[in-house]
Amino acid sequence: MTDMTTEQLLDVTVNVNGVPRTASVPARRLLSDFLRHDLQLTGTHVGCEHGVCGACTVLVDGKPMRSCLMFAVTAQDHRVTTVEGLCDAPDARPCATGERMNPVQQAFAECHGLQCGFCTPGFLTTVTAYLEENPAPTQDEAREAISGNLCRCTGYQNIVKSVLRAAEIRTERLGEDGGEAGYAAAPAARHTSSSANGGERA
Amino acid sequence: MTTQMFGAPIRRKEDPRLLTGGGRYLDDLGQHALAAAFVRSPHAHARITDIDVTDAVDVGGIVAIYTWEDLPGKVAEPLPLLIPHPTLTHGRTGYALARDEVNHVGEPVVMVVATDRYLAEDACQRIRVDYELLPVVVGIENARDGAHLVHEDAPGNVAAHMVQETGDVEAALATAPHTLTLDLAIERSACMPMEGKGVYARWNDEDGELRIYSSTQTSTGVRAAVAAKLELPLAKVECIAPDVGGGFGVKIMHPWPEEVLVPWAARLLKREVKWAEDRREHFISSAHERGQLQKVTVGFDDEGRVLGLDVKFWHDNGAYTPYGIIVPIITSTQLLGPYKPGAYRCEFWSLYTNTVLVTPYRGAGRPQGVFAMERTMDAIADYLDLDRAEVRSRNFILPEEMPYDHGLLFQDGRPLKYDSGDFPASLDKLKKLVGWDDFEAYRAEAEAEGRKVGLGIGCYVEGTGVGPYEGGHITIETSGRVNVATGLTTQGQGHQTAFAQIVAQELGVPIEDVHVTTGDTRKMPYAVGTFASRAAVMSGNAIALATRNVKAKALRIAADALEVSEDDLEIVDGVVQVKGAPTTSMPLGTVAVLSNPLRYAFDDAAKAATQFAGTFDPDKPPVADDEEPGLEGRDFYSPTQATFANGMHAAIVETDPVTAEIRILRYCVIHDCGTMINPMIVEGQVHGGVAQGVGGALYERMAYDESGQLLNASFMDFLMPYASEVPHIEADHLETPSPLNPLGIKGAGEAGCIPVSAVIASAIEDAEGFPITSMPISPVELWELRQRHETGELPSLRHHHGQHQTAAAPSRDQEPTA
Ligand code: FES
Ligand code: FES
Repeated sequence: MTDMTTEQLLDVTVNVNGVPRTASVPARRLLSDFLRHDLQLTGTHVGCEHGVCGACTVLVDGKPMRSCLMFAVTAQDHRVTTVEGLCDAPDARPCATGERMNPVQQAFAECHGLQCGFCTPGFLTTVTAYLEENPAPTQDEAREAISGNLCRCTGYQNIVKSVLRAAEIRTERLGEDGGEAGYAAAPAARHTSSSANGGERA
Repeated sequence: MTTQMFGAPIRRKEDPRLLTGGGRYLDDLGQHALAAAFVRSPHAHARITDIDVTDAVDVGGIVAIYTWEDLPGKVAEPLPLLIPHPTLTHGRTGYALARDEVNHVGEPVVMVVATDRYLAEDACQRIRVDYELLPVVVGIENARDGAHLVHEDAPGNVAAHMVQETGDVEAALATAPHTLTLDLAIERSACMPMEGKGVYARWNDEDGELRIYSSTQTSTGVRAAVAAKLELPLAKVECIAPDVGGGFGVKIMHPWPEEVLVPWAARLLKREVKWAEDRREHFISSAHERGQLQKVTVGFDDEGRVLGLDVKFWHDNGAYTPYGIIVPIITSTQLLGPYKPGAYRCEFWSLYTNTVLVTPYRGAGRPQGVFAMERTMDAIADYLDLDRAEVRSRNFILPEEMPYDHGLLFQDGRPLKYDSGDFPASLDKLKKLVGWDDFEAYRAEAEAEGRKVGLGIGCYVEGTGVGPYEGGHITIETSGRVNVATGLTTQGQGHQTAFAQIVAQELGVPIEDVHVTTGDTRKMPYAVGTFASRAAVMSGNAIALATRNVKAKALRIAADALEVSEDDLEIVDGVVQVKGAPTTSMPLGTVAVLSNPLRYAFDDAAKAATQFAGTFDPDKPPVADDEEPGLEGRDFYSPTQATFANGMHAAIVETDPVTAEIRILRYCVIHDCGTMINPMIVEGQVHGGVAQGVGGALYERMAYDESGQLLNASFMDFLMPYASEVPHIEADHLETPSPLNPLGIKGAGEAGCIPVSAVIASAIEDAEGFPITSMPISPVELWELRQRHETGELPSLRHHHGQHQTAAAPSRDQEPTA
């Protein structure tokens, strides 16, 4: 029988949100657990542990990856961006309550793109990477872009809106450098009965 | 006047935190706690003959291993039956760890505590449990025939048998000009919040106190249940629901075995212990819902008016009944929807099976009831060749008939009495939104292109905001900060915003100053929980009442200080001022200072309230006889009955003539939940509900094999809708305020999902021309129905308007009985 007390630990160093972070972990440590429990970056969530829900999505060298399907050791020497890191993006701006939000985070706040917020970090990282490649998606493309992530609360309607709004904010912010983004008790961007007229007829 | 807050689509106060990684969900807490993991039964029905943990104790990092034998006192007794009912004659609950029998795959048998979850799971794998297999009961038919029993002492597998009746149904059916009988079925699905359950317990040995964090919909319930189990004074236990990643019903059930065991182990070990459910555990050991077989017999006149309705149904309650028979009671009462049924009888049997237990999932029995009623309405319309919306409207309860008493008892044991609603107006709005009257033209166009389309409709009434009560507690600090506490919990409904809107509006303060806490027994120990679309109704009104109390007190104190009459004062933007003379004023923070006479000056604000500051009347006590210190208010809202929200949905679907693929082309919602606090949040709730409804109609089912194994216990195999599966939702609202509560609110949380299966079945039936009687429906199943229809085994609708019907096929009608 293997004596588990001697499970071998490895020093793993990953560049997380621009900072090299090291922890001693067993080879089987998942990247999601490494981020959440060893580095205590709990913004990355785990919804299924088997690569289907997308809640654990982080950016590895800028590309969305499911951190529940990667070992921490595999991420050695790679660049990982978590939801916490999105706040440090060059196009992030402080909101009225102090948090810095990148265009995608800002758009989700404006469009009520989250309810319980558990799936949200996975959407934010996914959409942030997506807009890098497709800065001006159509509605159908926006829907397609988020079709690998599960959300049980929102029915996705406002997430699709958030993607489109994020593209707008991103473009707005491309030209400027700094400044405060509005976040207050302002009316939401799009809401309620307006959608009664918004449906495309079959 | 302060900016209008109540009724405005205010952005959520919780979002900046949740969007930037600042959420604190259960598994984000207790980073250094010990981890628990469980050995769960791999069999659906078996006797435990031996448990051997020898191999596991050598695993490094193992702290403790427990079986039922290790449990003391009340922890070893069966878990509580939370909601007893006279007809639940054979209620059964499980043990925190299985005693000598397991009744479903996933039942916890052994608990392992280790320094780390990976190690705890290593140990679980090395524990050997021997079982003697027993016959397994899966599926309602097998449960009903009773050949094998789940619990030896529950004959026929019947947990409960209940009949409710108003009027003489036999007579009504015997004399009705027409009768029809429908056999219907709905399969199991589940809440599936993205965050599973979880418990984290801290035992403070020095003070003999326990703190529990649970991903729950009721922290007061968990607190009371754990205190009882661990035989601790309530005063020594506190429970906090942190950020919760969705609930949808499954987290109102309590105490889960883990909610008892984790705190128990924490106290025993004097260490922090945590358990976070993984996805497979959630599938096989949390709760499911929906499975029912139904038989409806309806008698009606030539106009399609229902004269008598006789419903029998068989409800799968899984292995245990800790949450009582709430779900089938709701089915049996809410089935009636917006209609007058004439004489009505509903009889149900709640049956045991060797599957995961059944407790409310968003909608809680209503989707099944609405399915039964709406299929019946469509059948009547087809039989008489009447417009389906017209048949519905002929059976509506009219606004002038409100309040309308059905003469039945609802799930709260109180009369099923609708308070308000304007069903004809809702139907009118829906018909306009979906283009009801133009549909035949659209169908003809589509058919010309070789496409098959159908239009479906479904109506529901939802009893929301059931009692017994909720409370609100407000304190205003000397800084002007307003703290609001209510005891029920939050799982994404935006309570921090919606409740703050109520307070900002009622009190006249900026919403930024209002801070809401939910689900923390330290802040508000009296509460029930978040279920039955009750949070806005119950806590919303309680908070409004508490705010009115605190406002009255603030005005009393300010009137005294400003030497004016209370009636001349108003509060605007956090400042108490004389109406029309706003220079005579005082910030609320100052009123807070005055409300609390002090001996000690710890800051400038406090200095103003000390005994040598300013003048006072030496004949009066510093705190008046009938006052308390502090600018604080508390109140409770306890209604005599539920308030009834309603809605109507319509959908247009397209079914592929070759592959039988089903596509929802349009989905339209009219929703009436009374006055809306925040329409943006309400609409979000509707969206989420519809998406879950679409899942239940087209994709989700729990696939048990005959041995009781759940074959699709992962997100890979259980098909939950992604964005690609949920159609664009067109929603519009009607606001018929509830006369029952001060704010006119009705609940909105569950509404979206209630009629969806009925609507989609209606639309597919309309596209195909033969009856759809079982949901969910997959393309394969639709394709098979088409085969059976072609061979004549499955009759056509009598009066289908599409071109695809087989002419003159017999209908499902039983010939008129009178
Ligand atoms: S947790 Fe990684 S995809 Fe679900
Ligand atoms: S917001 Fe709750 S799962 Fe997406």
